[in-house]
Amino acid sequence: MQDTAPIYEAKTSPPAKLAIKGVSKWFRTGRADVQALDNINLAVGEGEFVCLVGPSGCGKSTLLDVIAGLTKPDQGCVLADDQVVAGPGRHRLVMFQDSALFPWLTVFGNVMFGLKRSPELTRQQRREIAAYHLQLVGLEKFSKSYVHELSGGMRQRVALARSLAPDPRVLLMDEPLAALDALTREQLYFDIQDIWQRRRKTIILVSHNVREAACLADRVLVMSPSPGRLREEFRIDLPRPRDVNSPEVAALANRIITALRGHLKAAPRAVS
Amino acid sequence: MKRAAVIVAFFGSLILIWQLAAMSGRWSPVLLPPPAAIADYLWGAMSDGSLLEATAVTLYRLLIGYAIGLLLGLPLGLLTSTSEYFEDTIGALALGLQTLPSVCWVPLALLWFGQTDGAMLFVVVMGTVWSVVLATDAGARSIPPIYARAARTMGSEGLDKWIRVILPASLPYVVSGMKQGWAFAWRSLMAAEIFVTILTGFGLGHLLHYGRELSAMDQVIGVMIVIVLIGLVADKILFSPWERFLHRRWGTGLK
Repeated sequence: MQDTAPIYEAKTSPPAKLAIKGVSKWFRTGRADVQALDNINLAVGEGEFVCLVGPSGCGKSTLLDVIAGLTKPDQGCVLADDQVVAGPGRHRLVMFQDSALFPWLTVFGNVMFGLKRSPELTRQQRREIAAYHLQLVGLEKFSKSYVHELSGGMRQRVALARSLAPDPRVLLMDEPLAALDALTREQLYFDIQDIWQRRRKTIILVSHNVREAACLADRVLVMSPSPGRLREEFRIDLPRPRDVNSPEVAALANRIITALRGHLKAAPRAVS
Repeated sequence: MKRAAVIVAFFGSLILIWQLAAMSGRWSPVLLPPPAAIADYLWGAMSDGSLLEATAVTLYRLLIGYAIGLLLGLPLGLLTSTSEYFEDTIGALALGLQTLPSVCWVPLALLWFGQTDGAMLFVVVMGTVWSVVLATDAGARSIPPIYARAARTMGSEGLDKWIRVILPASLPYVVSGMKQGWAFAWRSLMAAEIFVTILTGFGLGHLLHYGRELSAMDQVIGVMIVIVLIGLVADKILFSPWERFLHRRWGTGLK
């Protein structure tokens, strides 16, 4: 078999830069409007790996949906490479907590799914790109398997390959590892760092796991709930690949947790 | 092997109890013929071809009526699941008419179509279509919304999303709807055949009806057994394996 990897590594689209400007979002419930996001401003550089951390209900997933274009903000806007985001698009792919793989397709068919929306590719090119990405996540032997035959960790690897295959410029990850066991998760920390270094995407990862954030991100942003606000940011300059169990990562995680607790206490209680 | 033994033992004892009841002499053999009489009838009706012919006529009507019911019901069910306007109108209509036992359509069908195959098919379609609409609708509603979200972020919208995501995602529920539709079609057709007498072919329902007119209890019970067997075979061979396979692969309910 010839080595196809370099072709697609060279073909990587440049990562995008994102600008989130004054984004606010309310949700209408039976009794009252609940503000989920309050005046979020954030700039993400090209190829930067940013983590949003915060307790559940702090609006981090909503913010991710807004960036993806799945949810429209009530105020403000999101710019991707200076273009206003009006709806979902394949330059900003989302990886969900529940892998959201399609069970009626094989692993290979799932990775091909997004590629079918790229008219500029030939059939043969699509197949090569899909095969390359399956290899990237180490699942080339499972290309003919169906989703129900895979473990949770394998599913998330396929989801990662599926998100990377259409060559998005931004990868949005919504707690993609939260449902996995600790060992699988730690392996995926290495895999994600490795793939990120090879494929250079702008990544925004939402997590409630502070260690995970400290291990993966260039920058960790702490959010507080009701309404969701960005509170504080931590730059992380540790060399890669990082080990989630290293004392440096643990020390940083402790600092972030302390900050998180402080903001949680300071935040006003939600009106119930 | 053990399961087969249990099945044989169970049905064997049912027949034995029946035989003993018939032999006790408490009931007239006209009302309770022994199992052997039924076997006699079935054998005779098989060899003179009348039973096979009636079965063929019935299955032909069933397949046509069922197919029409599906062709109408599946798209309508998908439609009502996507728009609240269709849900409030067609959905409400389907819910109302589904509660109507299909035999209630017989008088109307007779007046509209007379003693024809058309009347028969009409009753079958009416018995099938609403339950298919409701089952498909319920199924399509339980598709995890995350599939549609994932599809949209990968640039699949509108028709493409429908064909490549919504339809395959709803397949297990569609098959459940088809199974339910089949059961309803079968019931409707039997009701129709007992009440509508037409000269273009005698079905199983007619055999049952004439068995009553002739007080031929062996024929009545024999035809009932054939009807039960056809229903059982259709479920066990046509629908259940397919349904189980889909639900397992799709990771949806059942086992």
